[in-house]
Amino acid sequence: MPELTYREAVRDALSRALREDETVFLMGEDIAEMGGSMAVTQGLLDEFGPKRIRNTPISEMAIVGSGIGAAIQGMRPVVEIMYEDFLTLSMEQLVNQAAKHRTMSGGQVKVPLTIRTQGGAGWSPGAQHAQQLESWFVHVPGLKVVFASTPEDVRGLLWSAIYDDNPVVFFEHRTLYPLKGEVPDELEPIPLGKARVHREGTDVTVVATGRLVHDALTAAEQAEKDGISVEVVDPRTLLPLDEETIVASVKKTNRCVTAHEAVVRGGFGAELAAVIQHAAFDWLDAPIERVGSKFAPLPFAPVMEQYVIPQVEDVLAAIRRTVARA
Amino acid sequence: MTTVEEKAGSGGGRVSKEGLRGFFREMLLIRRFEEKVEERFRAGELPGFLHVAIGQEAVASGVCAALEREDVIASTHRAHGHSIAKGTPIERIMAELYGKVEGCSHGYGGSMHLYDVEVGNLGANAVVAGGIPGIVGAALAFQMRGEQRVAVAFFGDGATNAGTFHESMNLAQLWKVPAIFVLENNGWAESTPAKQHLPLPVDELGKRALAYGMKLIEADGQDVEAVYLAALAAREHALSGSGPVLLHLRTYRLVGHYVGDPQVYRDKEEIKKTKATKDPIELLRARLELDEDELASLDAEVMAEVEASVEFAKAGTDPKPEDALANVYAPARKMDRGGLHA
Repeated sequence: MPELTYREAVRDALSRALREDETVFLMGEDIAEMGGSMAVTQGLLDEFGPKRIRNTPISEMAIVGSGIGAAIQGMRPVVEIMYEDFLTLSMEQLVNQAAKHRTMSGGQVKVPLTIRTQGGAGWSPGAQHAQQLESWFVHVPGLKVVFASTPEDVRGLLWSAIYDDNPVVFFEHRTLYPLKGEVPDELEPIPLGKARVHREGTDVTVVATGRLVHDALTAAEQAEKDGISVEVVDPRTLLPLDEETIVASVKKTNRCVTAHEAVVRGGFGAELAAVIQHAAFDWLDAPIERVGSKFAPLPFAPVMEQYVIPQVEDVLAAIRRTVARA
Repeated sequence: MTTVEEKAGSGGGRVSKEGLRGFFREMLLIRRFEEKVEERFRAGELPGFLHVAIGQEAVASGVCAALEREDVIASTHRAHGHSIAKGTPIERIMAELYGKVEGCSHGYGGSMHLYDVEVGNLGANAVVAGGIPGIVGAALAFQMRGEQRVAVAFFGDGATNAGTFHESMNLAQLWKVPAIFVLENNGWAESTPAKQHLPLPVDELGKRALAYGMKLIEADGQDVEAVYLAALAAREHALSGSGPVLLHLRTYRLVGHYVGDPQVYRDKEEIKKTKATKDPIELLRARLELDEDELASLDAEVMAEVEASVEFAKAGTDPKPEDALANVYAPARKMDRGGLHA
């Protein structure tokens, strides 16, 4: 099996879709000659030309909005919002337009639009270049939400997002772009709404997203030394959510920790905790622990940034709290 | 960069008398439809709330007559006229206002979300300026596929202060997509007059096109022939590859912002004077020299259609409550590895 970085895996999915299907095209800021601020779209302009790899003005409303219009007219646009912080500028188009056209029209239109974006802390970007806002979008009927954590997943999920007939907000994590991983020779589409069990265990389930999947796996290895067997599950798609896999895991382990980089309050972990306690109330042996950032805009100085965002140790401490209850 | 301002004027009789009579009938139909909607709303038969475009019929009729069926429009919260003029049968619009399955949005949309994709109506939008960026994208799709179609956004003067308007104008001109931005300038942003929301005279709002190097075409929005000819010119320009057009039509809202609006913010004399001098249907009637008999017979014909639409709507099917969840997502496609054509 070939090895790709997470960045290359995203690019591979885009290239293959662009090659296969002329309705697919890309729009975004600095994605053409520069190859995107994260270098994800490097080389695509040369292969596919400026009509399909379109640099845009700094106009997030128009980027998402024109993507919506083109999608309704039968194209499969993939738009890039450079940082997920900037998604806030396009919220009206995403929430009122993309998400609602299908219902408002009584099923007459579909909006096969993919909105790629990225974020994530750990490199002192300050408060406006690293937020993790995925939970906002899980609250909006009509959208689908993906957050991939490995090269294999990001490639297979992006392909499925592009070919889904609904608007998909597709989150990538900045610190994962250099991460290497094996991918199948042929692109295997990964269906939206299917979780991945990264590691089996019997004592506690950690449901983690994005960077925290990797922190959870590290924490699980450390916990194992203390004789704690940790299962790590990545939902991969936050909306729709694979409740079945997650609930089954917790019914097996009887304990659960949720982990994401976004702030804890109102984060996706709250939704997970609600789903799990309702479906597996009688199986739980401890309160569900939530790991995430402390409730503050991200400060600049590295020591403060590291203090705010969750680390491996925070996941490990949460794991220990849940097993201590039994 | 050159930008040409064009005043289409009254068109110098380029539309035949028969053509003008056709416009008159359609405008009268829109007017009677909206008056009926007001009446049924006040009678408590229609849920939600409503905005009518009484006084702005020439804009809807004139612009849509210049479009082909495969051209698409995005409308606003004041959508009945645009929808009728683009070709949706009035009984389907009325059924929508009654929340029936037979409605043009099958009961999911209501007055502010009238859709009819078959005739190119991509939907009315209840967020001011919210539909404009989508029209840029629709036009982009036509351009990329080499289709001779235009995409048309209707919006009012109030919308020209929204960021979506400016971002859309900029992007559309940059990429020279075949779009027409129809500025339906009635001088009011809800209850706020132009002098409180525009830093330039209301009649000069079309100048905003110049900032983007965009072609500006202007016409009297109360003169349906002028509107039609201006829209034809706009369509031709948009399809020429030279870029989009801002079609600035000065018009007048003869009624309140919403049905039931007491218009406390508006001078009573001004309303009276505007009604007496700016009613596009009266202006066209005078020009056509329709006598009382002709008018009465046409009116009776139109009213019969409107009444029939109410009967159709009332006899329509109520959606099942659980249908509410039927259209949140488009169904899954069959997905094969490597090739994904369902």
